[in-house]
Amino acid sequence: MSSLIIILFDGFAFGMLLFVLSVGLSVTLGLMNFINLAHGAFGMLGGYVAVTVMRQLGFPFLLALPTAFLAAAIVSVIFERLLFRRLYGATELNQVLFTIGVVFVASAVATYFFGTVQQVLILPEWLRGSVELFGMRFGVYRIFLIVISLIVTGVLVFGLERTRLGAQIRAAVDNQRAAKGLGLDVEKIFGITFALGSGLAGLGGALAVEIVGLDPSFGFHFLVYVLIVVSVGGLGSITGSFVGAALLGIGDVAGKYFWPEIGSFLIYMLMVAILFVRPLGLFGKR
Amino acid sequence: MTDTTFTQATARGWLRSQSRWSPFEIIFWLALLLPFFLFPTYLPLASQIAIAALFALSVDLILGYAGIITLGHAMFFGLGAYCAALLGKAGWGEPISGLLLSGLFAGIIGFIASFIIVRVQHLALLMITLGLGLLTQELANALTWLTGGTDGLRIPRTWPIFNYFRFDLWGYTGYGYTLAVLFICFLLSRRIVNSSFGLALRGVRENIKRMPAIGSAYQSHQQKIYAISAAMAGMAGALLAQTTSTVTLEVLSFNRSADVVVMLILGGTGRLYGAIVGAIIFLIARDQLAGVNPQYWYFWIGLLLMVVVLFMPKGILGFVSRLAGRRD
Repeated sequence: MSSLIIILFDGFAFGMLLFVLSVGLSVTLGLMNFINLAHGAFGMLGGYVAVTVMRQLGFPFLLALPTAFLAAAIVSVIFERLLFRRLYGATELNQVLFTIGVVFVASAVATYFFGTVQQVLILPEWLRGSVELFGMRFGVYRIFLIVISLIVTGVLVFGLERTRLGAQIRAAVDNQRAAKGLGLDVEKIFGITFALGSGLAGLGGALAVEIVGLDPSFGFHFLVYVLIVVSVGGLGSITGSFVGAALLGIGDVAGKYFWPEIGSFLIYMLMVAILFVRPLGLFGKR
Repeated sequence: MTDTTFTQATARGWLRSQSRWSPFEIIFWLALLLPFFLFPTYLPLASQIAIAALFALSVDLILGYAGIITLGHAMFFGLGAYCAALLGKAGWGEPISGLLLSGLFAGIIGFIASFIIVRVQHLALLMITLGLGLLTQELANALTWLTGGTDGLRIPRTWPIFNYFRFDLWGYTGYGYTLAVLFICFLLSRRIVNSSFGLALRGVRENIKRMPAIGSAYQSHQQKIYAISAAMAGMAGALLAQTTSTVTLEVLSFNRSADVVVMLILGGTGRLYGAIVGAIIFLIARDQLAGVNPQYWYFWIGLLLMVVVLFMPKGILGFVSRLAGRRD
């Protein structure tokens, strides 16, 4: 029983990490139908930025996280303005290949600067170890992860439901043409959303270093997880991403605990089955 | 009445004119024989290229002609490779029957998978092909008793072809065999894409909504071509197993699925020679660049991909034919 709770807890914490990594892609995909496989590469960028500023400039961990967010957001805007926007009207295949190309290049650049070794991030004292509750030990960092992601979710939901920009984003996702017709600058909205989403990926990348490590294959490795969250949850839906990420995180941890010999088989099986029944994802609208 | 026969005649004439051999094609195929005489030390690489070209050809049939995007076609390549390897291990080393059986096996699995594939489009299609590919790899990894797991399988030397041509160390037989299979499959594909069935597939690619409106059963077309493509990919995998006498989990990997799409994009989708030219360029470039600096091979291939997508959307062949001023 207690091991079951621990698995649920660890799985949920991992799921929340996946949520922060992937929610940006879900919104940008829903908004512009642009399949950005380089999303994970922005996560990798965030991870490397966090590691570097902590090691070279002596930033504390809590300052390194927003730095990772900012760095990923700024770099993503440059990419979006210079390159990605040329591909909005292109076929899916071209979008996929172009962004895979970006992942390849990003991975090679990371190898050039950091080598292929796993990067280590030294956590502050108060995030290490575990606390005991009801006779079970919970990792402090995982609690921290869950708290951060719940804050992010809260901010996102509030921002989308209650602010002007949020209303504009929702309008553009629901019906881009009508939104344009009403005078909304959809391109600008998209640029801002893209930056915020990639920034979140950068934040997720920085948070992920402690859990899964960081090496140049990060962009590829997490691509699959991120895409599963987005497609299973449904495009443009924050609730969908949240549920999809939680399911995937718990399923992954539980599957590896109970049936280690078949690895991730169950996850892929579940994804194919869900998409077969609901091609638009659990919460997808179109 | 006379009117219909007239249009039928021209339609048939048009199809026939499409399938006429041009002198360039004959020169191209003759040039593929050159490695026998000019670069005998590179024959193993040449047969790798022929195998990759066959695999790319199979993907071109569904991606370039029928518009089914796939990120998991290595699944069928790997199934064919393991099928051939297991036949070899079981003591049946006859190459041609082994090749056909492996192709048949992959084709049957492909037909079963096609029921899922034709139901979905866009992102869900990408994810399902990717998911099926990863699923197969995980399964092969778990079934260690059958597939050897991460160690892979070593198989006894394949028997001589027609009981006469031995598989030699230098790869003369290997290249001749793979090239012959590639050529036969190419002829088949050429026949398929220049038939009325091939035209229907192109219709699906161009506008999937209009096809049912004009009474074309597009789903069964897609299923047929998907099964054919899977069988061809399986044969490519079987060729790899037979010529190298080893199979590892790498044959099922996502990298292989991605590489083949990259080759196709480099050469140009929707044209059969695009697959072959793409495989040649990709593998020769990898052989040369990886020799210089293996770690940064992905940098160059990534850059090449970005350039091709931005500036040559129809691939290198499409770019060349535009330079030559010919319409597609």
